[in-house]
Amino acid sequence: MLAEFFFLLRKAGLRVSITEYLTLLEALQARVASVSVDEFYYLARATLIKDEALFDRFDQVFAAHFKGIEQLFKAFSAEVPEEWLRRQAELLLSEEERRKIESLGGFEALMEALQQRLREQDGQHHGGNKWIGTGGTSPFGHSGFNPEGVRIGGKGGNRRAVKVWEKREYRNLDDSVQIGTRNIKLALRRLRRFAREGAADQLDLPGTIESTAKNAGLLDIRMQPERHNAVKVLLFLDVGGSMDDHVRVCEEMFSAARAEFKHLEYYYFHNFIYESVWKDNRRRHAERIPLTEVMRRYGPDYRLIIVGDATMSPYEISYPGGSVEHWNDEPGQVWLNRLLRAYPHAVWLNPEPEQRWSYTPSVQMTRELMDDRMYPLSLRGLDESIQGLRRPVAVAPLAGAPEPAP
Amino acid sequence: MSSARFEGTERYVATEDLMMAVNAGITLGRPVLVKGEPGTGKTQLAEEVAKSLGRPLFEWHIKSTTKAQQGLYEYDAVARLRDSQLGDDRVKDIGNYIRKGRIWEAFISEVQPVLLIDEIDKADIEFPNDLLRELDQMEFTVYETGETVRAHHRPIIIITSNNEKELPDAFLRRCFFHYIRFPDAETMQSIVEVHFPGLKQALLREALNAFYQVREVPGLKKKPSTSELLDWLKLLLAEDIPAEALRASDKRAIPPLYGALLKNEQDVHLFEQLAFMHRRNAR
Repeated sequence: MLAEFFFLLRKAGLRVSITEYLTLLEALQARVASVSVDEFYYLARATLIKDEALFDRFDQVFAAHFKGIEQLFKAFSAEVPEEWLRRQAELLLSEEERRKIESLGGFEALMEALQQRLREQDGQHHGGNKWIGTGGTSPFGHSGFNPEGVRIGGKGGNRRAVKVWEKREYRNLDDSVQIGTRNIKLALRRLRRFAREGAADQLDLPGTIESTAKNAGLLDIRMQPERHNAVKVLLFLDVGGSMDDHVRVCEEMFSAARAEFKHLEYYYFHNFIYESVWKDNRRRHAERIPLTEVMRRYGPDYRLIIVGDATMSPYEISYPGGSVEHWNDEPGQVWLNRLLRAYPHAVWLNPEPEQRWSYTPSVQMTRELMDDRMYPLSLRGLDESIQGLRRPVAVAPLAGAPEPAP
Repeated sequence: MSSARFEGTERYVATEDLMMAVNAGITLGRPVLVKGEPGTGKTQLAEEVAKSLGRPLFEWHIKSTTKAQQGLYEYDAVARLRDSQLGDDRVKDIGNYIRKGRIWEAFISEVQPVLLIDEIDKADIEFPNDLLRELDQMEFTVYETGETVRAHHRPIIIITSNNEKELPDAFLRRCFFHYIRFPDAETMQSIVEVHFPGLKQALLREALNAFYQVREVPGLKKKPSTSELLDWLKLLLAEDIPAEALRASDKRAIPPLYGALLKNEQDVHLFEQLAFMHRRNAR
């Protein structure tokens, strides 16, 4: 039963490990959670899920799975959960009766008798004798037991009517799209790669101590270069037009990247990448920098991040002269292709929600050109894109895309 | 394994799921990882667990520069170097320069201790990974002396995180996890009850109302948390502010002594603007 639950969790995309599963079983064996479903729920959650953003998904799986299980239990307990039976045993059966049953056949028999008793009472439920008479002690009030398996209630004082996991209180935490710069910075920080480069201008304390010790106590000073983030990033940002809706998130992304990377070069483009880009939006028509110049200036060790919604007419990607702003001799896809060959570690971040991508042909085209390295500009997307940046893009050679003349 | 159970204390209101995570951790001898908004009592949890179970508490507060090794021990090479130049006799025994870390201290405790590793996310990304073996096997070796330190009793380990960095999977797999949610009004009432018994019902109700209203103001940079509410109540009590004064804040005026709730000038400014707009609209 739990193995099934385990695989269901994994199927729902919760990466629960075998260790955690075994821990849960161990905890159950150690009786950390006794018989209540609530306790089991809390225990399972604490053991299996390590991120509050995933609580909601866990709740959903738990609810779905245990609805099924309750049905399985029907045959056994005639819709009366065992844990409840145990608690009711003391209430419904007198001391004498219990002793009698105990002498007859122990707990199994006791359960059966208790179930019998309950079934009788269920029949008389509306008549209102014992069943309702116990109202003060019954945990589920006058409405009695609900065959749907809705919460039975714990000990006294527990007034909740809905199962905890069915409330889905954690839903607003799930991979929220709202991201502040701090979060982006942390996501980008994953890209850090520390290296010591440049002049040796810092005292290497452990090195000094070691070599001094080897030197029989005679001081031998060692120096080393400063440790810093060696990752280099080339950022291309789409501006204007449909990107206006996403200004805030792009600004956040941009300022976070600026703070996080020492080697960050950024350029702007409009809708799609053509033969030239610019650094200053106010003088975008006067001061254009040829893309070939960019590719010559920055080596292939740069990581390429393109931010844009890729929402435009497909012509703007695939035809010469497709650009909305100027006449381009070569189609945009040729230029993107060249860029990707120059910078194989590349991703495209799209501020449009992922669900909408499939409705826009140009997004699909761009995605194919990017070898599927398109990610939503959310925290999750950023995380994934950092993964994507680790391996190079496989660029398919485009027909009719000669190398640009140097 | 231990049979001790934590069930909250008279100074700490523990929810059912929190108790479950802590008790599972105690029973199976595995660390409990506690996350949550700042000010929801993560650090206090360890203190209360230690107090309620009557165990000694070892606190290890993590900073961005903390290394995992420092929790085990530190070898003070500089002191030894100095002593050697001065011809001190202590220099012959390397053990004189080994300083015990908090984990070591917890390991050699006579009774099962509670070990708090506070704000683990402050440290370097690799920090939790460096502790895996020590927390699993509950032993480590001092390289300088070759001595192996083994825990007398598996400590009850409580780890807190503010979620500033993601923790490695291998580490998470070994922990029980609990996320302290911001308490709802009902739980909050019992928390306040615990801290200020006999607080006038009317005052408490009005104060809680005002507090949750402040929390709901959109765009606040830092929402007031439980600990700030408690501070504020302390102030209200000290100033002997009547419940009626708080009711005015029902209409989004600024609550008295708001300095305890709002912690940066942008928020105060925003709040004043909202109050002003509201007064104008009300007219």
